[in-house]
Amino acid sequence: MSNILHDFTTTVPQWRPRVTPIKLEDATPDQLDALKVTPSNTKVSDYVLVLARDAETLRERTPLFNAIMYNRGGLSRAERELGAVGTSVFNRCVYCAAVHASRYNLLAKDVVVIERIFADGEEAELNPRQSAIFNFAVKLSKCPPDMTKDDMETLTAVGLGPDEVLDLILSSALFGWANRLMHTLGDPTEITD
Amino acid sequence: MTDIFNTAAVKASGLDADHPLAAVLSTRDDIMTMTQQAHDAALTPKKPGGLSYGERAALSCRMARLNEEAPLATHFEAMIGDSNATRIADIAFDGGDDERLCALLRHTDLATTNTKSVVAADIVALVSAGVSEDDIVRLSELVAFVNYQVRLTIGLRLMGDAS
Repeated sequence: MSNILHDFTTTVPQWRPRVTPIKLEDATPDQLDALKVTPSNTKVSDYVLVLARDAETLRERTPLFNAIMYNRGGLSRAERELGAVGTSVFNRCVYCAAVHASRYNLLAKDVVVIERIFADGEEAELNPRQSAIFNFAVKLSKCPPDMTKDDMETLTAVGLGPDEVLDLILSSALFGWANRLMHTLGDPTEITD
Repeated sequence: MTDIFNTAAVKASGLDADHPLAAVLSTRDDIMTMTQQAHDAALTPKKPGGLSYGERAALSCRMARLNEEAPLATHFEAMIGDSNATRIADIAFDGGDDERLCALLRHTDLATTNTKSVVAADIVALVSAGVSEDDIVRLSELVAFVNYQVRLTIGLRLMGDAS
């Protein structure tokens, strides 16, 4: 059995479920609909096959995820990924952090920000705008969330408009959802061929 | 089209159609609508399996309280209906001598308040208490969704207060 990963990485790991994935050939019409399986798209990850045990929420979740991360306008895609990384680092979801840190690096054409976040977490030294975004996502992720009016003023001071703040709240909150599935229902493991 | 100001997250945030932020919020009306659809799928699914509507509402109220989010807690509390489930919403209640309920509450609290600490043994504990794999995923989706919605609501309220 491959080793469970505990350290952050930008190499997307494998994911080993703790709950048995459904078998595609046993899927009900409802589950197939939620899985968006078509004759040309029959590759479905174990993660999604686990979530198919609750087809009703899975069906709602996928378009909502796509809208929050990819809708036009508002916060840049890279900065939405930074919000997702802030939350995933706080919740120590190694898998989500890897997926979204690697996307951030591609979109921002940079590796330094993620290297610093992975090394120093909430203490990472970032430029004022990156720092405001990352710290806001971390504070929103706490239970209870502990961001204040000052944090909102900091976001405004570094140039975020209300449309961008809204997208940051959405992307960060969304990973409060994703981490609570990915990190609890399985383990990130070393890639094996 | 859903009236986004009538969705649970936006309503609990206190933002209304007359607020200066209404125009910004309307640019993401698809997301607010889908958030409410996810709310309905998590709270009142057509196939609730082993988690009743009353238990789902009470667990959601409990999670809102753990996050100190009173308006959403009130929203979920009003959905409980089933008086047997009311005690679940009390964060001091640990399930008493009901093994299944103890396991559900323990996991809900842990995944809500300290997500990073959840390990494989916590899923095993649910199985040992008789929770089916389908119900483990149903519970996980409920916990995950409510924690998203709580953060959306708190974020919207803060935006409203700051503008």
